[in-house]
Amino acid sequence: MDETEPQIVIKGLDMGYGSFVLMRNLNFTVNRGDIFIIMGGSGCGKSTLMKILIGLKKPLRGQVLYGDLSFWDADPDEQERVMRRFGVLYQSGALFSSMTLAENVALPLEQYTDMSKSQISSMVSLKLALVGLAGFEEFYPSEISGGMQKRAGLARAMALDPDILFFDEPSAGLDPVSARLLDDLILELRASLGTTFVVVTHELASIFAIGNNSVYLDVDSRTMTASGDPKKLLAQSSDPKVRKFLTRGEESAHVQA
Amino acid sequence: MQVAEKVLVGAGLSFSRPTDDFMVIHLAGNWERGQILPNPDETLKVIESASLRTLSFDASGLAAWDSNLLTFLIRIKERCNEKKVEYRDDGLPDGARRLLVLALAVPERKGARRELRKESFFVTAGEKAEQFAASAGEVFDFLGEAFVSIIRFLGGRASFRRVDLFLFLQETGSQALPIVSLISMLVGLILAFVGAIQLKTFGAQIYVADLVGIAMVRVMGAIMTGIIVAGRTGASYAAQLGTMQVNEEIDALKTLGISPMEFLVLPRMVALTLMMPLLCVYADIMGIFGGLIVGVVMLDLNPVVYLNETKAALSLTNVWIGLFHSAVFGVIIALSGCLRGIQCGRSASAVGYATTSAVVTSIVCIIVATAIITILCNVLGI
Repeated sequence: MDETEPQIVIKGLDMGYGSFVLMRNLNFTVNRGDIFIIMGGSGCGKSTLMKILIGLKKPLRGQVLYGDLSFWDADPDEQERVMRRFGVLYQSGALFSSMTLAENVALPLEQYTDMSKSQISSMVSLKLALVGLAGFEEFYPSEISGGMQKRAGLARAMALDPDILFFDEPSAGLDPVSARLLDDLILELRASLGTTFVVVTHELASIFAIGNNSVYLDVDSRTMTASGDPKKLLAQSSDPKVRKFLTRGEESAHVQA
Repeated sequence: MQVAEKVLVGAGLSFSRPTDDFMVIHLAGNWERGQILPNPDETLKVIESASLRTLSFDASGLAAWDSNLLTFLIRIKERCNEKKVEYRDDGLPDGARRLLVLALAVPERKGARRELRKESFFVTAGEKAEQFAASAGEVFDFLGEAFVSIIRFLGGRASFRRVDLFLFLQETGSQALPIVSLISMLVGLILAFVGAIQLKTFGAQIYVADLVGIAMVRVMGAIMTGIIVAGRTGASYAAQLGTMQVNEEIDALKTLGISPMEFLVLPRMVALTLMMPLLCVYADIMGIFGGLIVGVVMLDLNPVVYLNETKAALSLTNVWIGLFHSAVFGVIIALSGCLRGIQCGRSASAVGYATTSAVVTSIVCIIVATAIITILCNVLGI
């Protein structure tokens, strides 16, 4: 991907709950075709930032620009149109428990396309096969394991071939092989369909394997302290906290010794 | 060489057969959602035609594609495998080829796919009977455990948080007062109206006081409070415990060595059994007050006369019977609410089912218990 067309631009964003400010003055750009990692320690507001990006929570201040449209200043119809281009994988899958996996994945297709029943069912089988759940169409979410629920959630998020896929902790709860398959899938979807990914994670293996852009949220200073390609950050960053994070704490121990 | 050309808006599909056993599928145009896409069945029919050995693709005219192309290709590939036709994918776009590999990377797990089974009537009936026996067993288990925990509670050895108990007392007791006031006053009012119409024809209006007083105190106050509390508190108990089951909180308690029965069920049960009789007394008073309003406003009775008549009509036995009803109802509501909550499955819809089932069970049991107590009182002559 050599063209760098900005897809999401975050300008001067403050987020928090009520009068409590969690993070202030965030500025970064997600380009089309990026695999953008949001990283940081527990409780730094990674998931909150994602909620703001996907339009579930209003920021305290600042703008989220999708193309030219400032999402939180737009009217509901325009917001709806932007949100239609998203696919979101929630932390625990968030499958509808009263529906089978096939019905879960088919729901957005039934709502927003005029595909026929047989087209929908072959699309559902494809998406489930892509996440490694071929043949599980008739299962209910409560009958499969947590990792499988997560993958089924991913199949639902991909149902409409979205422009931007948001993942909240995609590999938590997956075995290493499945996590690796998921990374391959992400890379493949980006290469073949040009999908942009925004991934909240602290899985280091994934961060280095797939990420080509990132932002690091620091709990103590309440703002972002680093951004850019995580591999370059590891090689070049001088911020001790970022280094500590990217090396699982080994680096700083070394420095202190 | 045969060429079958199909003109379509957006997505293009055509076949060419350089030799008799070799076919090339030409993909062209825009294979994306929202376009008119070719029906795969027609292509499959062409593949099935005899003597085809090799299938290849030409995607040079393909402008754009998404998963819709992939579902089309998967159908073709599956059919090729069935018909032993060689499937050459080197003409496809790289991305599509790799995604297909990914889609077929994890083979379908054996036995995962389910077939709809049709059971005969006898099998279904037998299974239902077994399920019923099993669930009856669960109910008795639950009752037994509840009984044991009460014994431990009376012995002061039950482990639960005192704070919880007071919280439940407040929730089930004082916070239910507004709705109990409204409902029981209206019931008193209704009873008085119904009675007044009949009694007026005999000039015996004053007996409205007897009617309302005895009916409310002996049974109606208890039943109305029971139904309100079943809907209000019983349902909330089932939902609380059900959600705890879903969140694995109950498993966590068990692994900590704390009995969910004592920690969760006991305080709820004690709170309800203590509060129900108190709520019932309050409901009785509100009901009599409702009757008084009708008596004074509609029948021109003197309030003091009305109250004196009520006092004369009521015996202490009636009050005891009413209180006994309400204590029984309290136990019933607490048990069925907690039982359904503990039995709850592990999904959001299971919590909904548990709540509904708790309310239905309590109300049915309340009515059945009322009938039994009434018949017993009749037999015993109280």
